[in-house]
Amino acid sequence: MTSLASNPTSYSLEDFHGSRSRMRKERIVRAVLFTAASTSIVISVAIVASLIGEAWTFVSQVELAALWTDGWFPRRGMYDVKTLVSGSLIVTVIAMAVAGPLGLGAAVYLSEYAPATVRKVVKPALEILAGIPSVVLGFFALTFLSPVIVQRLNDEATQFNIAAAGIGVGILTIPLVASISEDAMRSVPMALREASYGLGARKITTTIRVVIPAAVSGLVAAFIVAVSRAIGETMVVFIAAGATGGSLFSTDIFRPGQTMTAAMASQAAGTDQVRGAGLTFQSLFFVGMLLFLVTLVLNVLASRFVRRVRQAY
Amino acid sequence: MPDNLTREVRLMAENGSPVPRTEPAPPGVPQQAVFDVSGVAVYYGDFRAVRDVSLDVRQHEITAFIGPSGCGKSTMLRCFNRMNDLIDTARVEGDISYHGVDLYDPAVNPVEVRRRIGMVFQKPNPFPKSIYDNVAYGPKVAGAKGNLDDVVEEALQGAALWDEVKDRLKESGMSLSGGQQQRLCIARAIATDPEVLLMDEPCSALDPIATGRIEDLMVEIKERYTIIIVTHNMQQAARVSDRTAFFTTEVNEESDRRTGLLVEYADTDKIFTTPDDERTENYVTGRFG
Repeated sequence: MTSLASNPTSYSLEDFHGSRSRMRKERIVRAVLFTAASTSIVISVAIVASLIGEAWTFVSQVELAALWTDGWFPRRGMYDVKTLVSGSLIVTVIAMAVAGPLGLGAAVYLSEYAPATVRKVVKPALEILAGIPSVVLGFFALTFLSPVIVQRLNDEATQFNIAAAGIGVGILTIPLVASISEDAMRSVPMALREASYGLGARKITTTIRVVIPAAVSGLVAAFIVAVSRAIGETMVVFIAAGATGGSLFSTDIFRPGQTMTAAMASQAAGTDQVRGAGLTFQSLFFVGMLLFLVTLVLNVLASRFVRRVRQAY
Repeated sequence: MPDNLTREVRLMAENGSPVPRTEPAPPGVPQQAVFDVSGVAVYYGDFRAVRDVSLDVRQHEITAFIGPSGCGKSTMLRCFNRMNDLIDTARVEGDISYHGVDLYDPAVNPVEVRRRIGMVFQKPNPFPKSIYDNVAYGPKVAGAKGNLDDVVEEALQGAALWDEVKDRLKESGMSLSGGQQQRLCIARAIATDPEVLLMDEPCSALDPIATGRIEDLMVEIKERYTIIIVTHNMQQAARVSDRTAFFTTEVNEESDRRTGLLVEYADTDKIFTTPDDERTENYVTGRFG
């Protein structure tokens, strides 16, 4: 080491090498952190890879006619995909009809109307709702929503029905919609609200004409994330919608039905072997692949919208 | 301007105007007071932000509020259109009357107040909407129906912005330069045909050229409006205002927090040449603040 003291006019390269052991430590730290960051990517890739293999076996071996039949009964070789896709779609539509207005209403209230004291109580309460395990909500849907609400609306409704499952999934996604929407609305600058109030606008006018339009990409993102969550939700549908091994094609929301997720869970439940003839096992991977693609597309869309909300003002 | 008059009458009828508009007093007759303020103090929770403000604001004049940071001049300005209502903890004591109507009477709806007392803010804050929609917003929320083209053009001309934007009214208000944005905000405020314009440091985010344009504009439009401007810039107050209120701060011995107070209120010439109070003189001559 040369002295740092008096003479700054002559340096050699070695003065700038620094400590080698410290540089080695830096490199190790960087490698460990890189591993942590890349693990999730590796896992995602592994999941897709495992899906693709079996899904491909299914697609290449199944008779095309078996994909368009009267229902989803994989153990009997009936792989009617439209039963599952329409089931998922109907559950999602019902869920969003519940979670959209309630979640958005809660977000508008929390962001624009609630005094700080109320917000301090209501927000954590919403987050508790988000923390309820979906299996609990499934039982709630089956033992409360179904008899108390659905069967009162339509007395011919069966105990297990799509409507109760949809409402249950909706309840599950309310906190998601409320929280993302509230963040989007609160990030609208106060200056815009002041401009509106300063022009003699009422609170509701300011909310509808200034805050919501300025936050719209965040609100759309909230909606898309919630749709993606609703499509992927398994437990509530598995418990409350009823159809276990398979289901006839049906669009009646007051009868049992099957979604993509519940179809997979019901085949795999309670055993280490998926029983059934021929391609039953592979068919589940095909459904999983479908689910993966749908939620992937939705998540990409959502993140696009979130990026737009950051650019807006 | 018969067209203007009809529009005024129409807007008054739609808003159920409690206060008739008055024409400027003829020369020689004392100007009528628009605001009468006496013994006003503003609190945020327990904290007293400003105290002992008494002054009258005269019609068709520009009244400037000057003073160091934290002296309560912006807080005071926001009392005139009940903007402090937006802060949960804010509370106003004392009397502020507008043409004899107590602005803080429980029967007064702040929304109606803000329709006749417009505001321009420190930082230009156009809505992320088109230039046209920015200007049309006020008339629309006041219930104006049908084609607003004339109202928008008149307001943009009033704010000396029309020639620069007439060919791109559909473009976003955010696409304009800072000075243009602030003139858009002025156009937006005058589109509702207010009687008073409150301006909270309207030039502090602008360069000197844009500032000069806004100052010229203020002097031009004071025939139609009564203007109160808060400014950090003493030269600006001296250039544009008719009367000036000087605020300062005092430190509360117990809480060590600053409360603003009104020191002196007089004709601008007097404030800048022969003020009565030593604190005013120290401030305007640059020895303090």
